Amino acid sequence: MVFKWFNRSKKDYPDFWIDYLEHFENFYKTPIHETRFVAFDTETTGFDRKKDRVLSVGAVAFTGKSIPVNKSLELYLEQDVFNPETVEIHELIKSSPVERISELEAIKIFLDYIKSSVLIAHHANFDRTMINEILSRHGLGHLKNRFIDTGTLFNKSKHIIYKENLKKHYSLDDLCLELNVPKVDRHTASGDALITAIVFLKTLSRLDKRKNLKWSYLLRT
Amino acid sequence: MKNSIAERVGDFLKRYPPFSLIKPKNLIVIATEVTIIYLEKGDTIFKKEEASHNCIYVVRDGAIGLHYEKGEVHEIMNIHDKGDVFGLQPLISNDPYQLTATANEESIVYAIPVAPFQSATDHSAKIQKYLITAFASNIYAPYTSEVADKIFVDYLPNRSEDIVNFQTANYTKNPITCGERSTLKTAAKKMCTHKIGCIIVVDSDNKPVGIITNSDIKNKIATGLFPIETSVKNIMSSPVITGKKGLTVADGQLQMIKNNIGHLCITKDGTVNSKLVGVLTHHDVLATLGNSPTVILKEIKRAKRTKKLRGARLKANSLLKRYLEQNIPISHIINVVSQINDAVSIRAIDLAINKMPSPPPVSFSWLALGSQGRKEQLLFTDQDNALVFDNVPENQYEDTQKYFLELARLVTKTLNKIGFEYCEADMMASNPEWCKSLSEWQNQFKDWILKPDEKAVLLSSIFFDYSFVYGNRELINKLTDTIYKTLGETTLFYKFLGSDAIKSPSPLGFFRQFLIEQDGEHKELFNIKSRAIMPLVDAARLLILSKQIRDVNNTSERFEKLAHLEPQNRELYESCSYAFKALTKFKTKQGLLNNNSGKLINLETLMKEEKLKLRRCFKPIQEIQEVLKIRFDLKNFM
Repeated sequence: MVFKWFNRSKKDYPDFWIDYLEHFENFYKTPIHETRFVAFDTETTGFDRKKDRVLSVGAVAFTGKSIPVNKSLELYLEQDVFNPETVEIHELIKSSPVERISELEAIKIFLDYIKSSVLIAHHANFDRTMINEILSRHGLGHLKNRFIDTGTLFNKSKHIIYKENLKKHYSLDDLCLELNVPKVDRHTASGDALITAIVFLKTLSRLDKRKNLKWSYLLRT
Repeated sequence: MKNSIAERVGDFLKRYPPFSLIKPKNLIVIATEVTIIYLEKGDTIFKKEEASHNCIYVVRDGAIGLHYEKGEVHEIMNIHDKGDVFGLQPLISNDPYQLTATANEESIVYAIPVAPFQSATDHSAKIQKYLITAFASNIYAPYTSEVADKIFVDYLPNRSEDIVNFQTANYTKNPITCGERSTLKTAAKKMCTHKIGCIIVVDSDNKPVGIITNSDIKNKIATGLFPIETSVKNIMSSPVITGKKGLTVADGQLQMIKNNIGHLCITKDGTVNSKLVGVLTHHDVLATLGNSPTVILKEIKRAKRTKKLRGARLKANSLLKRYLEQNIPISHIINVVSQINDAVSIRAIDLAINKMPSPPPVSFSWLALGSQGRKEQLLFTDQDNALVFDNVPENQYEDTQKYFLELARLVTKTLNKIGFEYCEADMMASNPEWCKSLSEWQNQFKDWILKPDEKAVLLSSIFFDYSFVYGNRELINKLTDTIYKTLGETTLFYKFLGSDAIKSPSPLGFFRQFLIEQDGEHKELFNIKSRAIMPLVDAARLLILSKQIRDVNNTSERFEKLAHLEPQNRELYESCSYAFKALTKFKTKQGLLNNNSGKLINLETLMKEEKLKLRRCFKPIQEIQEVLKIRFDLKNFM
């Protein structure tokens, strides 16, 4: 109690951040197949965490094995930073006619969307860093969610015989090929988010052959 | 808000009926409401008698099987592939589902809620008509089987032959013909070049006027009744018996019996006054109905698509069931089924080579490993295979390997679709580790034999039971030469194999109780494979390798060979061979009963007599392990 009070006086957080923090309780009690997961991907102006900015965020949320399409999230952000080198991959030219929102508005919607869900991303560290940078710019703390990187997870699913010569970094394309996932809308945030979700489900089913998968094993990095 | 995922779902749907008939702006509304569902093999989407879900389903990837279950009866009614719609029950009525839908392989399906689908399609007469005609016209076609017994209330299919009878007959399209003015000699030459037993005589409008079969030539030419140069008109049987396109198997068969003929001409409108489109032969009918090994094998050899291969392999399963019921000797059953499995692999490779942009750059050979290599695979199991290609100069190695990896990927994918699951440990030719040149393979085996370690022993149980399936047999002979030569240089490898073979002791415990699994998900179950079958398989492999005997892969045959070579131990080896056959039969029966691999047995479900039978098989296991201990001096090794 004292702690909570102490925390609050230290800094005046906006309501949406406090709401977000409240979601994290009793996490490990929920079985894996009843837990809400959010697979997401960000498209950015480049790979420099300080200089570059997030242009769009795509996410799909799911519990069990069903992904409802109308519950997916697709955000386009207003940014002044512009990097002509990466425009071509992302096809997100600054003037393209989609509705754009401010970074603050976007992070508000994103936090409300993810709540305390377990986040899944490919090369998760990069996406996590980019989101955390946004939070920092607006004077907020870092993401509290548990993360699963699909590349790391895939390595766990390989048979022991091949452990010694595993690739260090599987690209999302590699995983699509290995797991036979159709590459639809590759290199857009929501397209990659959906592919990541399917890659995750397929890998999970390979790991969970015995139907007794534990959180500790799943979250171990 | 923009929803790109919904747009892509719409892009997929619009390629398939009935969605292709829906206006784009309505389709996007439907697509937004879709739920994407991932299914592992064996996952159930809906069950018979379950209240209908508020949605219909479309297969995005993979295959969904619809099953009819009633008491003991369990039949696959249909298998839906990419783009097929199923589970239309809620569109018709609120009654529960009539069939069970499960994933036949790893799949992704779209669930489309009924409400938006109906509001987008209600006013379209075309779509309604499509759905209704799809239901009513053909009970075996996709889209319809799950409602078939709803519409034809008095017809409840419960035997697969019944279903097959109403299947559309699969006739030969574009049959070989000759003109009315040809001579018999030219017609006969045509029959020779096309390797066929009959030829249709057509007039200038391609209408059939007569038919000449092998027996016509035998009866009318060979007997000297007519000269070889005679006109076909003098020889042919005329008029021909005709049938319509879309004729069912049952109808075709009936026509043949009625007219005492073996060939039915298929014409455009079903009479002799229209163009010829195909020929239905007696063999075509047998192939659809047939359950005899020869018919299945022929069907496999002729299959042009994976779907056909899968159908043929499924027939083999019901054949297996019948054989077991009839108590046909297990060694004969094993022979038949492995013939069929090999034929499926061969055909899958043929089809894959056709799909490749160029023919193979060098000769290669495809190997079956593990149980398929030992020719002991009865039920569907994991695929274990490998590929050896001829040596190439170093600078071409990478490209050559790349070609064969792609080929292997196609083959393993096809085999997976047929029902052979991907190997969990990825021991398949599509893995670069197991798709190598002859010299690389020779080095690999030398490595395993000369520097044995735990991994080598683990792999040897799979790789040392290889058998040739396809391609250049010479490569395999060379590989075998190297292996036996290397085996002669060391005894250490035998010791490793030996200690592995005796590591699971006799399945009977101190109080003559069965040893059951102590923990894990299979607690309290008896693992017949690891506890009883594998020790015999391992022992047979080790003994036959140490005797340097080639090309005897089957465990029971290996023991019989050993019995022949060592008359002093004949009795033991023969009882091992017998035990192995009995255990395999036991496992297969259990597998068919429970629809799985049958390796885990719940002892409580066994009758006393069966338990006694099992127990009798365990004695030779103990004895053969003693022999291994002494022969390979394993007491002090470990």
